[in-house]
Amino acid sequence: MDFVSVVRVALRALTRNKMRSILTMLGIIIGVGAVIAMVGVGQGASEQMQAQIAAMGSNLIIVQSGSRQAGVVHIGFGATKSLVPADEAAMLQEIPLIKSAAAGTSTHQQVISDNNNWGTSIQGTEPSYFDIRNWTFDLGASFTDRDVTEDNNVAVLGTTVYENLFPDGSDPVGKTIRIKNLPFTVVGSLQPKGQSGMGQDQDDNVYIPYTTLQKKLSGQNWLQNVSVSASTKEVTDSVEQQITNLLHTRHRIRAGQHDDFQVRNLSDVADAANAASGIMTILLGSIASVSLLVGGIGIMNIMLVSVTERTREIGIRMAVGATEADVKRQFIIEALVLASIGGVIGILFGLITSWLISAIAKWAVDVSLISIVVAALFSAGIGIFFGYYPAKKAANLDPIEALRFE
Amino acid sequence: MGTSTDQLELAATRGDAPGAPGNDVPVIQFEGVHKIYDLGEVQVHALRGLDVTIRRGEFVAIMGASGGGKSTFMNLVGGLDRPTRGLYKLDGVDVSSLDKVELAHIRNRKIGFVFQGFNLLSRTTALENVELPALYARLAPAERVERAREALRIVGLADREHHYPSQLSGGQQQRVAIARALMNRPSLLLADEPTGNLDSRTSVEIMGIFQRLNRERGITLVLVTHEPDIAQYAQRIITFRDGKIRRDERVPHPAAAEEVLKNMPVVGAED
Repeated sequence: MDFVSVVRVALRALTRNKMRSILTMLGIIIGVGAVIAMVGVGQGASEQMQAQIAAMGSNLIIVQSGSRQAGVVHIGFGATKSLVPADEAAMLQEIPLIKSAAAGTSTHQQVISDNNNWGTSIQGTEPSYFDIRNWTFDLGASFTDRDVTEDNNVAVLGTTVYENLFPDGSDPVGKTIRIKNLPFTVVGSLQPKGQSGMGQDQDDNVYIPYTTLQKKLSGQNWLQNVSVSASTKEVTDSVEQQITNLLHTRHRIRAGQHDDFQVRNLSDVADAANAASGIMTILLGSIASVSLLVGGIGIMNIMLVSVTERTREIGIRMAVGATEADVKRQFIIEALVLASIGGVIGILFGLITSWLISAIAKWAVDVSLISIVVAALFSAGIGIFFGYYPAKKAANLDPIEALRFE
Repeated sequence: MGTSTDQLELAATRGDAPGAPGNDVPVIQFEGVHKIYDLGEVQVHALRGLDVTIRRGEFVAIMGASGGGKSTFMNLVGGLDRPTRGLYKLDGVDVSSLDKVELAHIRNRKIGFVFQGFNLLSRTTALENVELPALYARLAPAERVERAREALRIVGLADREHHYPSQLSGGQQQRVAIARALMNRPSLLLADEPTGNLDSRTSVEIMGIFQRLNRERGITLVLVTHEPDIAQYAQRIITFRDGKIRRDERVPHPAAAEEVLKNMPVVGAED
């Protein structure tokens, strides 16, 4: 039988029992739709996570001052005084794979504008910090390296601080704010960053030159951290190791001794987050696949019923010259047509569901072309796989018995 | 009853029906055919060493009591089944050695089946029912339709091609079945009690179609029937009993369906 005739015969057989065909298709429709929507949700979440990680900074490595032991008391990270600006300078000088670095130290202070005040974290840093973290300015610009060397009273505001100090939304650049009773000139405000992966508000900060913070606010000459940007993603591990070695030498830490610093490589964090979101996508997809599998079993069930009902028809076809292969093909094509139509409707259903999820739940849902193609092929595959057994059963019927079947 | 071979199967062992028509080419040749059904606990010996030859252009009726081996014989002739032992040649081809696919091709090209219960596909038009064998012969769609129309014309149903079986009378359904059997222009037509479900007038009409096909197209016909008066339309009657041929005789003056019909009252207006 030529292909067109086979498909026509299959369509006729399926329209003969419309309700049954539709209900059978429903299994595939829900299955395919669920797979597309769930994989879309997973991929959307994954992309959102990657975007957040990218926002943390490019090839970012953070060197933190370490823990300190005072007697039996273990003081947490950031407690040692051994990480100093000279360490940063040494890193930049001796490790060529480092693109840039920014010293960091912080304190908590009340910040006062004309009519408002806001208690926030004061971050002392360098202009390179904003490049390393890929942060962009909403208004104004960063303070300069010269501000750092001259420990000038200049400040960059995070969005949250800006909104609290200037609730009228006026341009803060050039305005004076007071930190610990010292006047600071606002030079810029940052674009909102939102929460960090750990749930901190990254916009609730004021950035000033670290030298200003050390000399005028905290009176400390050590650093809490140094943010380092490696030249490429591939060398971050190597840079991490070189920093560790360098600081071991500079801080005279012998083998077996407790480090007084900690190096964190954010590309590791990114990899872990990617792996986690990948697992989530697979998990969602496989849960949805179960319904596709159930849909496939539904097809098999109906095809088996159909073969039994049409035993006589099969006998007639065999008597007039259908080979076993002809009969097998007829039933497989029937299952395939059933699954394919269900698959196409299921794809539409999945697209609509994804759209609803992103519209109602405000989730990032990313339905990729590949998941549609895979779903389409998969539903066709289900048709062939679950149609095969009933088709084989039909083909193996004895024509004499089949003709006698009432 | 001509040169009847009442002395059991003695004469039948040669399989030569006395006085076969001029054309001597054998279409069906059975030599020592046995068919044994293994039903697990019991073995049913349905055919016990059958020898018979049916030649081209013959119209043969098969008679005999149930369980005599008629159906088994027809299944073997039709290529629906294979002999347990012995040789069956159809048109000179040894069918007993063919595999299932080759048997399907034989059924498709060389044989037309007509059944007692018509066996048409329901919810499928007369034309499409007739087309069915051509579908498996991989005939081009245009030629398929053309041939199916021609076959329906031969059985006198040209005006019913778009009717469904449920819209046709029994006699019309059987004619569709005959048209279907003719579709791939077979040399052999097998009819298994084709008039069993029909009234007597329609039965004679169907026999008339068979006689015409036999006469005008030289189609070899083998027909199983329980009714002796139906068998009288054939040229030769073979009677089965206990898996063997009990009688094999020529009908000296076969009844002519067209003549019989003229003298038959029309009951209702079935066709």
